[in-house]
Amino acid sequence: MTYAQPDATGHFGRFGGRFMPEALVAPLDELDRAWTEAKADPTFMAELDRMLREYANIPSPLYEAHRFSEAAGARILLKREDLNHTGAHKIRNVIGQALLAKRIGKPRAIAETGAGQHGVASATACAYLDLECTVYMGEVDTERQALNVARMKMLGAEVVSVTSGSRTLKDAINEALRDWVASVDTTSYLFGTAAGPHPFPTMVRDLTRAIGDEARAQTLELTGALPDAAVACVGGGSNAIGLFTAFIDDPDVRLVGIEAGGDGVETTRHAATITGGDVGVLHGARSFLLQDEDGQTLESHSISAGLDYPGVGPEHSYLADIGRASYVPATDAAAMSAFDLLCKTEGIIPAIESAHALAGALDLAKELGPDATILVNLSGRGDKDVHTAAEYFGLIDAPVVLHEGEQE
Amino acid sequence: MSSSIDALFERTRAEGRAALVGYLPAGFPSKELSIKAIEAMVEGGVDMVEVGLPYSDPVMDGPVIQAAAEAALVAGTRPSDVLDVVRASAATGAPTVVMTYWNPVERYGVDRFAADLAAAGGAGLITPDLIPDEGAEWVAASQAHDLDRIFLVAPSSTDDRLAMTVDAASGFVYATAVMGVTGARDQTSSLGEELVARVRKVTDKPVGVGLGVSNGAQAHEIAAYADAVIVGSALVRCLLTATDESAGLAAIRALAQDLRAGVERS
Repeated sequence: MTYAQPDATGHFGRFGGRFMPEALVAPLDELDRAWTEAKADPTFMAELDRMLREYANIPSPLYEAHRFSEAAGARILLKREDLNHTGAHKIRNVIGQALLAKRIGKPRAIAETGAGQHGVASATACAYLDLECTVYMGEVDTERQALNVARMKMLGAEVVSVTSGSRTLKDAINEALRDWVASVDTTSYLFGTAAGPHPFPTMVRDLTRAIGDEARAQTLELTGALPDAAVACVGGGSNAIGLFTAFIDDPDVRLVGIEAGGDGVETTRHAATITGGDVGVLHGARSFLLQDEDGQTLESHSISAGLDYPGVGPEHSYLADIGRASYVPATDAAAMSAFDLLCKTEGIIPAIESAHALAGALDLAKELGPDATILVNLSGRGDKDVHTAAEYFGLIDAPVVLHEGEQE
Repeated sequence: MSSSIDALFERTRAEGRAALVGYLPAGFPSKELSIKAIEAMVEGGVDMVEVGLPYSDPVMDGPVIQAAAEAALVAGTRPSDVLDVVRASAATGAPTVVMTYWNPVERYGVDRFAADLAAAGGAGLITPDLIPDEGAEWVAASQAHDLDRIFLVAPSSTDDRLAMTVDAASGFVYATAVMGVTGARDQTSSLGEELVARVRKVTDKPVGVGLGVSNGAQAHEIAAYADAVIVGSALVRCLLTATDESAGLAAIRALAQDLRAGVERS
């Protein structure tokens, strides 16, 4: 049977839907209609395709990581989303949403960001398409991702530092939603991941699904067969749903989402929502989330600001529920070890988000053995994470030790 | 059976005035003081009480209510405390409803929450992020426990959605007078009056108008066209900015009196 989700009201089985203030329902309906019409409009899709090709360096290549494969013990193929303009898969989503904003006549865009990748992509798309741009970012994230804040400002965006709640991505989303309630007449919300109220999970999936479509064709061309497994990191889950969608009707391809295990899912410091969370409602959709016994959202933790989110897109919850995809955690330590291995074997510095997928691939390689082909979505590059990684590996702020007799 | 909210609107309509609805979060600054604040508010002239259930991610709330909810959570407020506050509020004789985001209710258990709310003397729920489209479980539970379902309508609601939402609502219809989050504003908006007029075309259920009301003059303006005037942030601010407990309670009582005079002035 062919996979066809969500239903007309935006439900993926028992997940998804719209748990939103009534004030936003009409704009969400408008967005749903606009996207349905736009994706059926060959002129719009051709324009989007042209922009992605000419401006964003898409399609991204598939790269066989020989030395990493040797170390892993299986054939590892990397979908190089890190080579896209702005350094991640996010640009696919935001160029699409920003072009849609132009189509429906909204001159202003707002976005939320955690690591800053989506914020940078949004600021970029808005500069490119001449939209006014405001990005909401938790105060904690503005500190750990200061370079990306500077990038957004260079690109002409206003960055609002959010000081409520846990001062991270979930609070940035709350603040962006508050802005949107008051400004829907003029403003589009460029949602950063495949979560939130209908139609965002579907629209973001539609805009990222080319990751999987391209990778599927590229893998077939390179190896003559489909991969044994497709692996991607999952925070909100946009890069993973983009990859998985192309393979959902291929039952022999294992779909594996790697969640941020932080210090370990047995501790309270992680962001492994499906592995360690419960079903509830957050940011407009029913999905898995990290919550306490009263339904208050718990703070998540990950070394990767991009995965540090207590919720997850509803379609991932559905795919987990029906057993089509599995979701496993990788700890901060496992992700950083995989990060190091990719740097040393391939000369590629991955985003720490993507390093979680690499860690998952290393585990899968042990399980599946040397004949297996594992497709990994290298969702982003690590430039933004260099400071975090350098601190983790003790490469900065180390005093220079002079040997006796040496001159400084 | 007529609910306590229905009875209130019968009375205020007979008196030729709008009802005054006041919001305060449970547990801010403490459970005991939140109860005293509600009592002061009712003494000052509030007809119906909205008890806020503090939630970690209140997307409809502005900075004042957010700050109070956050403090209430830090102070350890739990749903059982909210029900205690409801019990005390209902004991004043004012119909008492809980305003809550949906996840805490779902987590508590929808039917169990409805049963416990009814047992505490609560009259219903206001659900800012639960629209009737997703509300089947709540509609069933509220019917089973004789609770009112106060859904929100907004200036952006289409005519179809307005009719559907009003049809699903009971007690009264909560009309958000501005496009925006909670918070006192200097001027009321003309959107409220237009919205109430649209609601009146499809129902004779009472309509309450909230978001942005902070003084008697504004309450008077809204009372001219609505069945209820709903005030939240301005009351919460009395507690946030008070130098001590008795000053906070006195400020709440005084504001409630001013607002009540506003809804009574003809």
